[in-house]
Amino acid sequence: MTAALGPAELVAGCALVALTAYVLLGGADFGGGVWDLLASGPRRRQQRALVAEAIGPIWEANHVWLIIVVVLLFTCFPAAFARLAVTLHIPLSLMLIGIVLRGSAFTFRSHYGAGHGEESGDAAGTTERWGRVFAIASAGTPVLLGLCVGALAGGALPAPGGRTGFYATFVAPWLTPFGLGVGVLTLALFAFLAAVYLTVEVQDDDLREDFRRRALYAAVVVFVAAFGTLGLALLEAPLMGRGLITGPWAPALHAATGAAAVTALWALWRRRYRLARVAAAGQVSLILWGWALAQYPYLIPPDLTIRAAAAPRVTLVLVLWGLAAGALVLFPSLIYLLRVFKREPAGPRA
Amino acid sequence: MPDLLAARSQMAMSLGFHIIFAMVGIAMPVLMVVAERRWQRTGDRIYLDLAHRWAKGTAILFAVGAVSGTVLSFELGLLWPTFMEHAGAIIGMPFSLEGFAFFTEAIFLGVYLYGWERISPRAHLAAGWAVAVSGMLSGVFVVIANAWMNAPTGFRWVDGRAVDVDPIAAMMSPAAFPQVLHMTLAAYAATGLVVAGIHALPLLRHPRNAFHRRALSVALLIGAPAALLQPLSGDLSARLVAQWQPAKLAAMEGQFRTERGAPLRVGGWPDEAAGETRYAIEIPRGLSLLAFKDPGAEVKGLEAFPRPDWPPVTIVHVAFQVMVGLGSFMALVSAAALWVMSRRRELTRHRWLLRTLVLAAPMGFICTEAGWVVTEVGRQPWIVYGFMRTAEAVTPMPGLIVPFLVFTSLYAVLGVVVAWLLYEQVLRSPRTTEEDAA
Repeated sequence: MTAALGPAELVAGCALVALTAYVLLGGADFGGGVWDLLASGPRRRQQRALVAEAIGPIWEANHVWLIIVVVLLFTCFPAAFARLAVTLHIPLSLMLIGIVLRGSAFTFRSHYGAGHGEESGDAAGTTERWGRVFAIASAGTPVLLGLCVGALAGGALPAPGGRTGFYATFVAPWLTPFGLGVGVLTLALFAFLAAVYLTVEVQDDDLREDFRRRALYAAVVVFVAAFGTLGLALLEAPLMGRGLITGPWAPALHAATGAAAVTALWALWRRRYRLARVAAAGQVSLILWGWALAQYPYLIPPDLTIRAAAAPRVTLVLVLWGLAAGALVLFPSLIYLLRVFKREPAGPRA
Repeated sequence: MPDLLAARSQMAMSLGFHIIFAMVGIAMPVLMVVAERRWQRTGDRIYLDLAHRWAKGTAILFAVGAVSGTVLSFELGLLWPTFMEHAGAIIGMPFSLEGFAFFTEAIFLGVYLYGWERISPRAHLAAGWAVAVSGMLSGVFVVIANAWMNAPTGFRWVDGRAVDVDPIAAMMSPAAFPQVLHMTLAAYAATGLVVAGIHALPLLRHPRNAFHRRALSVALLIGAPAALLQPLSGDLSARLVAQWQPAKLAAMEGQFRTERGAPLRVGGWPDEAAGETRYAIEIPRGLSLLAFKDPGAEVKGLEAFPRPDWPPVTIVHVAFQVMVGLGSFMALVSAAALWVMSRRRELTRHRWLLRTLVLAAPMGFICTEAGWVVTEVGRQPWIVYGFMRTAEAVTPMPGLIVPFLVFTSLYAVLGVVVAWLLYEQVLRSPRTTEEDAA
């Protein structure tokens, strides 16, 4: 491991930041779909309406973080992108189908659905059907994303040339218990984030209690999934498992993650929702960074390092400048978007 | 179906699907802000209603465009990993810039669609402009990347890999400007005329409908000038192809023999086995004149290239004829409409013009699809012209017919639903006449 950080590491860091943003923002939008799927009780309709209202104006912008990650990967680490695209062809294609169905169905529903006052009985049925598609795709896509991340993190993606047979090359690397564990963990994290965010955004007290309860349940599932996945990592993905346990940074990271998790739980319990939001976002980010640290300096463990996969220096430097310039436009715009739609109280201007 | 053909078909289908939504995403924001601006200036609430309704349709199309664009960014690797492995570092830059432009577009579209009551009218209009500008830039950057595949620059190819990579020089490919101009005009022309056609149809029955009259005038304001300029930009593109991709030009024109004073062929059917194009109307020396500004110039025929380097001639020639034919028709209709508008006459009093506009409505999108067939099929067998063959770039994954069929079915369903939703929305258009509105 070299001590100095070069442009390759910087770009990889930017990609991690973009991925974190995708998980915290886009992930929560998928989580919202999960709560649409699991809507229950007397306020089922209101729960769904709240989810739709919360993600409507922002999901497309949040979704772009994923595109930024992909573009950074293929521009700056083309060798890694090519290998991932070959070995993960099947789960990535399935994930794309999920992304397409989630986005399209949500839009079909929200622009011709409840609250727009123009639907007849027939249209209401159609609306409901698109709602189901939206909800199911929202729940399935994160699992597939997690499967891909699990395959990557587990070190199961060596160069495709080395294996023979369709199953061994294109299925076995990602269809593993560890991969499934990461898939479930991803789904639980997204649902957890969504529920916590919604407790801040909602106006109605009963509805807030609904999502507080959901956030607490989700936190428990996250806890179980996180430890289950760690166990599977130790069994199946020793590189990742060892990294998570023995890295010099590991004790501090786990302590911070644990502190964030406990804070989130405590804050939810005490109904301090803004604190819970910050803590939950911190907890999820730390889990993500733990993964990144555990596999550093590898981009695709066990053999492709960030440096080895990196594009020529000129490309990296240009992209870094491009990122800096883009950020100057992007961040003010994003802050504006969130200020327009996420200020509290969330009601429209009088 | 061989895997290479399946991969090409999936890519073509995905691009062909996405391009329609991308074009609408580029041009519709301009129509919306023009309508909104007219409302703010005149106080005519029908324009506000128009902006609202167009925005609603645009929201659906934009969402489908966003997700189908995501699919494409992954498909670059899922289908062509070897291409991306070599080209990513060279042409990733415009994609990165596109990422930010698209980000800005998505952010301000959210503000525009959901912010009518939350921000001031000025801020709202500004958000609309931000969508329009960033949408246009998104398209520009993506087309720059494609231009590089046609006329690659900014690297040296040594022992099967790129060295001395210069991403800026790669963005300055000689094909970049003509292609960007042609595609951007196409977005405004196709979208403007399809919207014009949609609103012209009800005007045939209800010529006094105030809503459709205003919609038609705004749509033509954007679409007609673009359609009128498009043949000029096409000429620029064709001359560039003549210089950089002579085999593609030969296929477009059905030119098998190398000759001086080559004729321009209108229509016709190339027979690849016989090496000639039959049933074409030939304009003597036309091709030499158009392609090289010299009626005696030599045009390279397909015979000048080894057979494995020929693109599929018939497809490229026919697609090119379709594009040029329909594009010329659109330019003529647009000229007529602009002439009527410039004389301050009422468009609705010319029923033949309304009918022709209805007829021309789908042509812009047909032209665009045909144009991309010319660009992409005409570049075959190369993925990076002269450097990497498409067959070398394809993924080793077998059974590619499965994802091809899956994505095709998915998009077919989405296409039908979108068409149905937009149709329903048009049916619900307001019936106010000019007399009611006054």
